[in-house]
Amino acid sequence: MKRSITALAAGSLLAVSFAVLAAPGAIEGVQKQPVNFSAIAMFMIFVVATLGITKWAAGKTKSTADFYTAGGGITGFQNGLAIAGDYMSAATLLGLTSMVYFKGYDGFIYAVCFFIGWPIILFLMAERLRNLGKFTFADIASYRLDQNRIRTFAAIGSLTVVCFYLIVQMVGAGQLIQLLFGLEYNVAVAVVGVLMMVYVTFGGMTATTWVQIIKACLLLGGGISLMLLTLAQFGWSFENLFSKAIESHKMGEKLMAPGSLMADPISALSLSLGLLFGTAGLPHIMMRFFTVPNAKEARKSVFYATGFIGLFFLVTMILGAAAITIVGTNPAFFEGGQVGGKLLGGGNMPVMHLAKAVGGDIFLGFLSAVAFATILAVVSGLALAGASAISHDLYARVIKKGEVSSQQELKVTRLASVGLGITAIGLGIAFKDQNVLFLVALAFGVASSVNFPVLILSMYWKGLTTRGALWGGIAGLVSSVGLVILSPTVWVKILGNKAAIFPYDHPAIVSMTLAFFVTWLLSVTDKSARAAKEAEAYEEQFIRAQTGLGAAGAHAH
Amino acid sequence: MSQNEIQARIRSNPKFAEMVGKRTRFAVILSLVVLVPYYTYMLLVSLQPQLFAAKIADGSVITIGWPIAALIVVGGWLMTGVYVSRANGEFDRLNEEVLKEARK
Repeated sequence: MKRSITALAAGSLLAVSFAVLAAPGAIEGVQKQPVNFSAIAMFMIFVVATLGITKWAAGKTKSTADFYTAGGGITGFQNGLAIAGDYMSAATLLGLTSMVYFKGYDGFIYAVCFFIGWPIILFLMAERLRNLGKFTFADIASYRLDQNRIRTFAAIGSLTVVCFYLIVQMVGAGQLIQLLFGLEYNVAVAVVGVLMMVYVTFGGMTATTWVQIIKACLLLGGGISLMLLTLAQFGWSFENLFSKAIESHKMGEKLMAPGSLMADPISALSLSLGLLFGTAGLPHIMMRFFTVPNAKEARKSVFYATGFIGLFFLVTMILGAAAITIVGTNPAFFEGGQVGGKLLGGGNMPVMHLAKAVGGDIFLGFLSAVAFATILAVVSGLALAGASAISHDLYARVIKKGEVSSQQELKVTRLASVGLGITAIGLGIAFKDQNVLFLVALAFGVASSVNFPVLILSMYWKGLTTRGALWGGIAGLVSSVGLVILSPTVWVKILGNKAAIFPYDHPAIVSMTLAFFVTWLLSVTDKSARAAKEAEAYEEQFIRAQTGLGAAGAHAH
Repeated sequence: MSQNEIQARIRSNPKFAEMVGKRTRFAVILSLVVLVPYYTYMLLVSLQPQLFAAKIADGSVITIGWPIAALIVVGGWLMTGVYVSRANGEFDRLNEEVLKEARK
């Protein structure tokens, strides 16, 4: 196995250096930047370090428990960093800062919506997740319900979210890397896909977690350093920062108060529901709760994660506001030197330009490398969640009915990781130049309307039955996907119709309500013998959820 | 001792009911402490946005919207700290007692 790691690693290094050689001659997109050597050098250091970690982790990954959950041996603090890492993607850094840059205060409202799910996950879910789950969230959903149908359905829910999210990340990776590193889009997508396969296939959850921890530290460290450099330029005064921003921005004073983003209360409610409960239904995030030894550490990990995520969001707000003055008034950052025109590299670039303005090329290189590392870490977490849904849920539990050796399951999960990696590269290339933003709405829509209802009801409601969970899940899936298709983003902007049939971009207000209602209705009317048995089994599940009696423990090495 | 017996003992232990009751109440209260201000904020942002345009002080350009949003984030995090300290202390002690007494 060692040899194949080295071979794969060499392959991806080769791909990068090949692209470096090929890039200057290949001028395609207008947006492509000259090859950025300091960024590539710093990214290389990250790749070499993480491959070293993967090699070390591969030696420790002997059983399925090692692969899926790092043997349950991650501490609360480490897991907190890793969860924060899973949640802070490159899109968060670029997207939130650019929102503040363009829309001012509205960006902050958005950040608050993205944040608020975390305390709720801790209060209502963390300890029950840890006490009931083993490897995947389907373990909990199907704890006392029909193993075949509910587990299959939960696995499909996971895979759907993972695929939507993977496409968003891969397309983002291709565009961003082409921009920051001067690499070809397809090469960038392939590099991300191959490195992800190496981390996940060989190092499993141990490697994925450490990649995530390193990246979270780099991202937080980079963001905070940039904030300090920036604040120094304003004499450490927020008053100064904001008054300059008001002078520089075309919105003027309006920058400082809520604008159009949340003007429609129902749309705002739907968005906030989707983000709040969608976060609690993301399979790669839920999987993190099984990597700690017990409920105590699970709670601690959410405390740390919430702190890091909150801190990071506040930092991005300051960066966005500072970019208004520093980037927004500097002709060097606009196409054709026209201040107020199109930003070089597109609307997501304010924070990158800010890095260059206050920290020079070296800092820009550093932040670019961090952005690349961030994408890599996030797709690895996603791939691992997808692979475990395939191998643990579908293969080992549903197809083989649990009659499978750990070694055989490991083989399947590794194959699944490779398969997902190849799929991700293929989808990334297929969706090149497409507007993929609606996929974020889809991912959160499905997470909040399919995964979340069955998960929370299976933990809290004795009356939940297989029939209710199944039909409720189907209702949630069909309505969330259908409504996103009928929404303004897809129906009008992508499909070119005149008016949207469903007026809101986020479906949660309808689809989540519908999922809960159908689940409830078909559960209470379910008078079958199995339904009675399922209600009876709640007692045992309840005691385990509350006390941790019989919970999957840490795996001894 | 069988698993069923242990479970029955846990169920009949008044400390179990005490722990579950206290912890559930605490979790619900803290959720409300986070969600009520959050949804009030969201509602006001969309219906009464001008409220947030008031300045934090005379002569300042900073509006009260910024510290309010920051407070929701920081407050949410502090609440997680409050929950973890009580759940990992008081509630976990009760829990250990319940488990120990059930296994005796």
